[in-house]
This record gives sequence, structure tokens and C-alpha cells, in this order.
Amino acid sequence: MDKTSFNNLTRGIIRENPTFVMLLGMCPTLGVTTSAVNGLGMGIATLFVLILSNIAISAVKSLIPDMVRIPCYIVIIASFVTVVDLLMAAYLPALHARLGIFIPLIVVNCIILGRAEAFASKNNIIQSIYDAVGMGIGFTLSLTLLGTVREMLGSGSFFGWSFVGEEADTLLLFIMPPGAFLALAGLIMLFNKFIKGEK
Amino acid sequence: MSYLMIFIAAIFVNNIVLSQFLGICPFLGVSKKISTALGMGFAVMFVMTLSSIATYIIYHGLLLPNDLVFMTTVVFILVIAALVQMVEIIMKKVAPPLYQALGIFLPLITTNCAVLGIAILSIQKELNLLQSVCYNLANATGFTLAIVIFAGIRERLAQTRLPKAVQGTPIALITAGLLSMAFMGFAGIGN
Repeated sequence: MDKTSFNNLTRGIIRENPTFVMLLGMCPTLGVTTSAVNGLGMGIATLFVLILSNIAISAVKSLIPDMVRIPCYIVIIASFVTVVDLLMAAYLPALHARLGIFIPLIVVNCIILGRAEAFASKNNIIQSIYDAVGMGIGFTLSLTLLGTVREMLGSGSFFGWSFVGEEADTLLLFIMPPGAFLALAGLIMLFNKFIKGEK
Repeated sequence: MSYLMIFIAAIFVNNIVLSQFLGICPFLGVSKKISTALGMGFAVMFVMTLSSIATYIIYHGLLLPNDLVFMTTVVFILVIAALVQMVEIIMKKVAPPLYQALGIFLPLITTNCAVLGIAILSIQKELNLLQSVCYNLANATGFTLAIVIFAGIRERLAQTRLPKAVQGTPIALITAGLLSMAFMGFAGIGN
């Protein structure tokens, strides 16, 4: 793999991480991460839509007039979101019910439209796939990490496996709405301190 | 469901931003000054109320009778995008002062998940047209309330000295977390 492809593939994971660096897609990030499994499920659904929409947009980019490109992108993205929505309703009904409203809202996730506009509309299909995979994995990892932290603090379990027993008091706050903001703030602080190296 | 309860529940108990996590992007993005926050709030109110009527008519008049419910997401996002564009054009022509005040916020609203989210939620809750309009207006009011309070706090925060790692997003998120905790105090009013 040459250097540009490798760069496109890995950029989204840490350096331009959609959640911790670019702060995109905040609604699902905060809304669904009450457990690690939910975060992982949402991340994979977004990854799937991101790859398909990047491929489609990169393939038809020369056919779309510049003036109406954003509505066209939104229709393409919305079609793939509908596919994912129906597939999840059929095969993963429990997860689909828990993620609820946030599945159709993948349409307005700024990561996907952002990558379509900033990358797929200017690059070829192969590079767009690399970009989508990198960004999607970065998003999935962030959501899973946030979900893991909230689940461990809030329900005392790790991917559904409880390590504190039934009777223990856990920090319930972290699986309630305020905990989402606080946990994400904490993770971004740690990210700024240790990965970006700010004091 | 009584109309007053819809309002109280949507503004305080299940605040759209602080407990349902819809519309976080504008909530964090355009909340540095109270005046811009207020502008964004009113623009959202305007578009959400109109979109509730448009999506209700399209869902019950077009999608449901023709067995096209699976197209809801695609159709709704298009309707909202078209509506925003139309509001922008009409407002520019008919009410230039209003356009001056709200114009820059309008394009941002298309990708505001609050509008699409509440449109889908009011269909899922099987509200009638009037309830749906109330529900949308109430949620938009909740959004405006949250973003204006948040902007007020951030205006003060801008003048304080903070550790570098906390500056910017982390402190904004902590503030939002505390605000969300304060709104949890309203839980139970509806029951």
C-alpha cells in the first residue's frame, strides 16, 4: 500500500478522530453510549453507511451538478440509512429497539455528509473506501470507549458482564443523560493531555 | 395527552437537548453569545413548527395510504431540506429584517438532527396534527431555553482562567452536564 492510501486509512483513527478531535456526530455519541454494546452497534451501523455512501458518491461525483450536490448526497445517504435501518430491524431487533431514533438520524450525522463533501466528492473510489473505513473505525472505537467507560461506572459491567455483583451501588449518574456529557468531557481532556500533548 | 402536559414534558422533563440528545451540534456550536443563541433558537422554532405540519400531511396523505412507510427517512429529510430552502427564499423577499436576523442560521438547520428527530418521534407517538404541532413547538422552545441558558453561562466562562486541557470543548461539555443535572430536577412532574 502506498503512503497516501495508508495515510487516508489511518487518519481517522487518532489524528483526525471524528469524536475527540473534530467533534462530529455528537448526538449519537452522547445519546446511545449507555453501554459498550450500544456504542459498538451504533459505530458499526455508521461505518457501514459511511463506506457505502463514500463509494456511491465517489462513483457518481462527475454526474452530479455542483449546484444540487448537497441534496443529492443527502438522498444517497438516506437510502443507505434506510437499508441499514430495515436490516437491523430484521436481524438485530433488540439492538434496533435500544438505538431507536438514532438509527434514522444517521442521515444527519455530520461525519457522513462531511466526508462526502470533503473527501469522496474529490477522490477516486479506492481512496474513498480507505477514508470511510478509517473514519468509521475511529468513530466506532470512540463510541465503544465512551460506552465502556459509562457502562463500567454506571452499571458496573463490561460488555454486559457484571464485575460488581447484583447488590452493589454503582454511579448511576453515568448512564443517565448528565453522565454522557461528563464522561465525554473527561475523555476529551485525557485525549488532549496525553495524545495531543497539551498541558 | 393534554396540550399543557405536552409542553411541560417537552420543555422541562424530557428536554430535547439535555435529556434526548437531539440538536447537540448547534447547541455546542452556536452558543458562544446569547444573541446568536437566541437567533438560532427562533430559527429552529420557526422551521420545526412548519416541518411538523408538512411532515404530518405527507406521512398521512402520501406515505401511509400508498404503503411507503419505509421511505419515511428519505422523504422527511428531503421535505425538511426543501422547506428550509423555501423559508429562506420567502423570508428574504417578504421580511428582510427577519432574514437579516435568522438568515445565517437557516442553512445549518437542515442538518440539525432535532428537526428530523422530532418529526420522526411525533409520527412514532401517533400524535394528531394539533398535538404534533404543539409537540414540535414545545420541543423547539425547550431547545431555545437550553441553548440560551447555556450561552449565558458560556459568556461568563469566557472571562475565567482555566487549565489548558479543560479549555474549549471539555468545559462546555461539563457545563452542559451540570445543566442536564439541573434539568433532572424536573423529572417526575409529568407523573
